[in-house]
Amino acid sequence: MRAIGSWHVPSLVALVAIACLLPFFISNYHVFQLTLVLVYAIALLGLNILTGYNGQISLGHGAFYAIGAYVAAILMDRFGVPYWLTVPVAGAVCLVVGFLFGLPALRLEGLYLALATFALGVSMPQLLKYKPFEPWTGGVQGIVIVKPDPPWHLPINPDQWLYFFSLGFAAAMFLLAWNLLRGRIGRALVAIRDHPIAASAMGVNTALYKSLAFGVSAMYTGIAGALGAIAVQFVAPDSFTILLSISLFVGIVVGGLGSIGGAIFGALFIEFVPNLADQISKAAPWAIYGVFLIGLVFLMPMGINWAIRLCWARIASYRRASSAQLRSPITVSAAPHRRSTGDAPCPPEAMS
Amino acid sequence: MSTRSNVLIATLAALLAVAAPGAFAQKMYDSGASDTQIKIGNTMPYSGPASAYGTIGKTEAAYFKKINDEGGINGRKIDFISLDDGYSPPKTVEMARQLVEQDGVLFLFGTLGTPSNTAIHKYMNAKKVPQLFVATGAAKWNDPQNYPWTMGYQPNYQIEAAIYGQQILQTKPDAKIGVLYQNDDFGKDYLKGLKEGLGDKAQKMIVAEVSYEVTDPTIDSQIVQLQASGADVFVNITTPKFAAMAIRKAYDIGWKPVQYLTNVSISIAAVIQPAGPEKAVGIISSAYLKDATDPQWQNDSGMNELRAFTKKYLPDGSLTDSNIVYGYSVARTMVQVLKQCGDNLTRENVMKQAANLKNFNTDVGLPGILISTSATNFAPIQAMQLMRWEGKQWVRFGQVISK
Repeated sequence: MRAIGSWHVPSLVALVAIACLLPFFISNYHVFQLTLVLVYAIALLGLNILTGYNGQISLGHGAFYAIGAYVAAILMDRFGVPYWLTVPVAGAVCLVVGFLFGLPALRLEGLYLALATFALGVSMPQLLKYKPFEPWTGGVQGIVIVKPDPPWHLPINPDQWLYFFSLGFAAAMFLLAWNLLRGRIGRALVAIRDHPIAASAMGVNTALYKSLAFGVSAMYTGIAGALGAIAVQFVAPDSFTILLSISLFVGIVVGGLGSIGGAIFGALFIEFVPNLADQISKAAPWAIYGVFLIGLVFLMPMGINWAIRLCWARIASYRRASSAQLRSPITVSAAPHRRSTGDAPCPPEAMS
Repeated sequence: MSTRSNVLIATLAALLAVAAPGAFAQKMYDSGASDTQIKIGNTMPYSGPASAYGTIGKTEAAYFKKINDEGGINGRKIDFISLDDGYSPPKTVEMARQLVEQDGVLFLFGTLGTPSNTAIHKYMNAKKVPQLFVATGAAKWNDPQNYPWTMGYQPNYQIEAAIYGQQILQTKPDAKIGVLYQNDDFGKDYLKGLKEGLGDKAQKMIVAEVSYEVTDPTIDSQIVQLQASGADVFVNITTPKFAAMAIRKAYDIGWKPVQYLTNVSISIAAVIQPAGPEKAVGIISSAYLKDATDPQWQNDSGMNELRAFTKKYLPDGSLTDSNIVYGYSVARTMVQVLKQCGDNLTRENVMKQAANLKNFNTDVGLPGILISTSATNFAPIQAMQLMRWEGKQWVRFGQVISK
C-alpha cells in the first residue's frame, strides 16, 4: 500500500465536489441509481477486504447484505427505530455474524470456503421465509419501509437526501478502509493471502486476522444492505437471491481485486450493465451481460481500477517524453514515444 | 418536495378541468399521452427464476403492435416500454422509477410478480400513477380505499382456494385433507384461502400440510408423506412442473384421494399430458380462461381470433403456453379501458375508466365470465367455474361461482 500521492489530492477533491454537486443536475431517478451505486460500492469494498486483500473467496455475501437490510427494515417497521440509527446497528449485527461465520470457515481454504459461503447465500432467501421468523420478517411478503424525509428543513428532496445520507456513509467507510488497509493490518492481511505460513512465522495471528477480515467485510456489506433497504424502501426474500452474491463477486473482479477505488467501478458495472444489456436485447439480456463480462476480462484482465492506473501511468510517461522532446528533440527521436519505457507500474500486488 | 406538489397541482388541475362544464370535448393529456401516442410502461421477468412468465410481456407487446397496425386507439399508437426486472424487487423499483420519471409513461400496466408489485405499491400511489392489472393473484390489489391507483386482474388465490374449501365441505364433510403447497406467497395465500373456506373445521379436517421449494428437483417424498397421513382429499397447490409430478406420483403409488388442483396448473399441455391423461381422471379444478389446447374450443370464434393473432404476431409462440391466453386477455382489457378514455388521457381518467368496466368480454374468458369493475371493486375477474378432468378434456360443472 502506498501513502497518498501528490496527484491524489486534487483528484480526490474533484471527486468529492462532483459527488456533492451531481444530484442537483440530474433527475431524481438518476439520483436514486447513484444512491444504489454508492450502496454497492460499500458492499464491494467489504467483499474486497475479504477476497481481494485477504484471499478468502466468498460467494455468499448477498446473505450479509440481506441481514443488514432486514435488520434495518425490522428495526424501523416493528420497533420504530429512526432510520439513521438502523444503519450502524445493521453493521454491528453483521460484524458479529460475520466474525462467528468466519470462525468455522477458518478450517476451509480457497474453493471449499467459496462453497461454504455459497451455501449461506443460497439458503438465505429460505431462512428469511422461515415461519417462526414471520412476525418479524413478514415472510414472503417482505416489509415495506417508509421513505425518510430530509431533516432540518433542508431544501432538497427525499431522493437527494438519501443520496447524501448514503454518500456520508460511503465516505466514512472508504476512509476507514483506507486507514485499515494501508497500515499494519493491511500488510498482515495481504501477507496471509500471499503466504500464510510465512505470515504466521512473522508473528501474524492468522486465525484472528482471518476471522476479523470476515467480520469487517460482513459489517461493510451489512451497512450497504441497510442503506440499500432504505433507498429501495422494501425488503423481501426474493430481493436477496444467490444472484446478488454472484453480482457482488463479479463487481470486485471487474472493479479490480485488492484495490479500494475498484469498488466504485465495480458498483457502476453491476448497477448499469444489466440495464444496458436489457436495452440491447430483451430476448437474451444475460447473454449480452456475458459478452460485456468476457470483453472486460480480456481487455482489462486485472480490473477497471488497474487498467485506469495503467493508462494514467502511460499518459504521464508520454507527457514526460514529449516535454523532453521539447527540450532536446534529438534524444527522443531515438525512442518512439508511443511506448512507455519502463514507467508503467509493476503488476499489482493483488494478483498472487 | 417539489415533484410531489407538482403532481398535486397537476391532479388538481385535471380534476378542475373534468369538473368544468363543456370541457369534456377537449383533449386532455398527462405525461405520456399526446395526439399521436400513448406511452405504457411495464416490468417483466424476462430473465431469472420466473422467466417463463416473460411470454406474457411478449404477448402484450405483440397485441399492442396489432392494435397499432390497425390504426391505434382513437388514432393514437401505443408505445409499450417493457423492461426486464429479473423478478428482483429492488430492480422493479428502479425500473418503475425509470418508466415514470425518465420515460414519462402515462401509467404502468401488467407488472408481474407479488413481491415486485409490493415493492412499487406505495411509490405508484404516492406518485398517483396508475398501476393497472398487475399480474399476480395476491388479494391485496383490490383495495381502492387505501391504494386508489392500483388494480389487480385475475381472481385471487384466496378466493379460488375458498371455493374449493366450500366444495369440500358440501361434498365430503368428513374429509381428511392433505395439502401440498409451494413455499412462497402463492402457496401461502392459497393455503390461507383454503382454511377460510373450510371455516372453523379447517383445524380438524386438514391432517397434513407439506411444502416444497420451487428449486426442489422432485416432490416424491412429499406425496408419500401425504399418503401416509391417511388423507382422502388432496389439495394440490403447485406450479405446473410440480403439479405434473404430483399427479403421476400419487397415481403410481396407488393413492386415490379426491384431488383438487390449483388453477395455476390446469394447462393440458404443461401438466395433464406429462402426468398422463389417464392418471389425472377425476381431478377437480377451476378456470376463468379458455385453454387453447382444449378441443372443445376448436371452433370457438374468440379462440380462432387468438390463433390467427398468435400465428401472425407471435410466430415463435406456442399456444400450449397458457400465458399467451392470459397476456392476450389482459391486453384486450387494457385496450378497452383506453378506448373508453376517448380523448381524455389523464391518469385520473385512465383510473376512472379502468374502474368503469361493465361486463366486458375478452372472448377468451369462459362463457359467462365477464369483466366488471367499479369505484369500490378493483378486482376485474372474480368468477370461476369448477371443472373435472374426464380423461380427454376438462368438463365444467355447476354454476359460475363468483365471490
